[in-house]
Amino acid sequence: MASLDRTARQFLLTEVVVGFLVTLRYMFKPKATINYPYERSPLSPRFRGEHALRRYPNGEERCIACKLCEAICPAQAITIEAEPREDGSRRTTRYDIDMTKCIYCGFCQEACPVDAIVEGPNTEFSTETREELLYDKARLLANGDRWEGELAANLQADAAWR
Amino acid sequence: MVGTVVTFLTTNWLGQAILILLECLAVTVPLLVAVAYMTYVDRKVWASIQLRRGPNVVGPFGLLQPFADGLKLLLKETIVPSSANTILFLIAPMITFITALIAWAVVPFDDGWVIADINVGILYLFAISSLGVYGIIIAGWASNSKYAFLGALRSAAQMVSYEVSIGFVLITVLLCVGSLNLSKIVLAQSGWFWNWFWLPLLPMFVIYFVSALAETNRTPFDLPMSEAELVQGFQTEYSSMPFALFFLGEYANMILLSGLGSILFLGGWMSPIPYAPFTWIPGVIWFALKIALLLFVFSWTKGTLPRYRYDQLMRLGWKVFLPVSLGWVVLTAAVLQFGGWVPQH
Amino acid sequence: MLLQAIAFYVFAAVCVASGAMVVVSRNPVYSVLFLILAFFNAAALFVLIGAEFIAMILVIVYVGAVAVLFLFVVMMLDINMTRLKEGFLDYLPIGALIGAALLAEILFGLGVLGGTHQGTVSAFTKAGTQMMTVDNTRAIGRVLYTQYFYVFQVAGVVLLVAMIGAIVLTLRRRPGVRRQRISDQLYRPKEESIALVKVPTRGGV
Repeated sequence: MASLDRTARQFLLTEVVVGFLVTLRYMFKPKATINYPYERSPLSPRFRGEHALRRYPNGEERCIACKLCEAICPAQAITIEAEPREDGSRRTTRYDIDMTKCIYCGFCQEACPVDAIVEGPNTEFSTETREELLYDKARLLANGDRWEGELAANLQADAAWR
Repeated sequence: MVGTVVTFLTTNWLGQAILILLECLAVTVPLLVAVAYMTYVDRKVWASIQLRRGPNVVGPFGLLQPFADGLKLLLKETIVPSSANTILFLIAPMITFITALIAWAVVPFDDGWVIADINVGILYLFAISSLGVYGIIIAGWASNSKYAFLGALRSAAQMVSYEVSIGFVLITVLLCVGSLNLSKIVLAQSGWFWNWFWLPLLPMFVIYFVSALAETNRTPFDLPMSEAELVQGFQTEYSSMPFALFFLGEYANMILLSGLGSILFLGGWMSPIPYAPFTWIPGVIWFALKIALLLFVFSWTKGTLPRYRYDQLMRLGWKVFLPVSLGWVVLTAAVLQFGGWVPQH
Repeated sequence: MLLQAIAFYVFAAVCVASGAMVVVSRNPVYSVLFLILAFFNAAALFVLIGAEFIAMILVIVYVGAVAVLFLFVVMMLDINMTRLKEGFLDYLPIGALIGAALLAEILFGLGVLGGTHQGTVSAFTKAGTQMMTVDNTRAIGRVLYTQYFYVFQVAGVVLLVAMIGAIVLTLRRRPGVRRQRISDQLYRPKEESIALVKVPTRGGV
């Protein structure tokens, strides 16, 4: 009897049919993916995306050229040169990040005593040439100006755990 | 005006040549569009089985995606490997593509809607579908690459093996019809949808479908291009338009085998219910719907089943399908003979 | 009629030319491909004389199956063709003799070189009239399963013997080979394959 049952199952392809029914059922389930450019999944405030150099509300740049970020950067992607400005304050003359080297570990923003260098929520900064990924100070400051709202909100949201 | 055109097309020899050309175009162009949309449907079906969305960016619901892909392939550079045999390398995709297209000459889309209503239509289809293997095997050899060659050998062995069981399936249907003409095969299945051959010959229908999967190198029998082992099989060295020809040929073959399946087992252009509101719908639409159904099962299979191992594939072909289909041929013949149902013509 | 004549000469010429190329081409793969082309043109010639069944069977059997296997073998063999072609001219007289004999047979059969050709011609006309009334698939079937039934069966037996011979020659019984038994694997009962063990905490199995 068992052998008859087995033979019948084999010839009636029961296992295969069951598999087909499973996939048919899945066909009508809600999609697991989202319609990406138009829908996005939420990002944590700690998300480490594109870098930005922030400014104080009065427009003064935060970075004091302490070079802690340069020192801690495990990929050695950051290059900083500094000298005193006319008003005597210490500022960077050069602040470059090689985004092709960067591993987005977030150590630079951890190290920064003045919250100047931060990693923002932006992930869409792909370029057509390699050179465009060698960010200089102007680019980083521009990023900071552009993303300041989100950056400040993220820092605020994460402040309790810092 | 219309009258003169009609007389020109039917009487003048030049007109007749033009008429044949127009008939061919009338079959080929919708076929190629169907092939394009088959790729789209494939991707959508797999996507929904895997809870994804599939192409949805180019055009509304991604409907222009096949044309975008086609344009991309057209604009790419045709690369011929320096160690390849150039002539054969370029002929191979043409063979695949052309054999997939010329087979449609005998397919009846509706009562009398055939380009060539020849007496041995089904043998013609079988012969042409057995030629498709040359495109693949020549491609594999001419590419002068290990992966391409192994893929081609696998594919050729697989197609030859499964052609045998397809042949027996055809013979069973022929026994029930008593004619090699495709239109007559369809006409023999008139009536309700349970009169079509899929129900009385259900095991053969299953064998036909599985063999069709193997014949078109589709999952679970897509060993010729199993990525994990053979990169892309016989297509490894192909790019641009030659690749597109292979791709189109493969999908056209799938549509062809679905069409043959619906002629043999699903009553061709017949409506499933032979009464008024259903018989108003033109036969060609019923035919297209049946092909679409079978093609959907093709995609569904690809979304469901994992790939066979090669020795399992050969075992299935030679040790399961061949005896079963041969036995069924004998059984059918016996039933027809002793039941007194031998078709008389 | 003119069109048919042109088609005949084209197909016949290509057939003969590709037949010649089979013999003379340097690459064995080309030889097989030309052989396939020759088969094709022969099939086309059959279609021209109205024997579409034979034409299709020729394509299915020879082009679709036999030639594929030829191509298979030839592609996998690494033949050094220049060595193989060395004795080509030595065999030419014998080959030419066989060819001439075959040609003479055909010509005798058709009565071109004299001899009794009445039988052949009358058979042709008879076949021709039969072809007019029924399609040639049916005609072949009728002849094959009545007049030539025994011959047909003998042909089948010869093929069967050849097949069995090939299997016997290639079958190797090797002891100790472990084979996969798929049905055993599929229907292995749960009791044989899974043991449920209650593992005590920190006790291990």
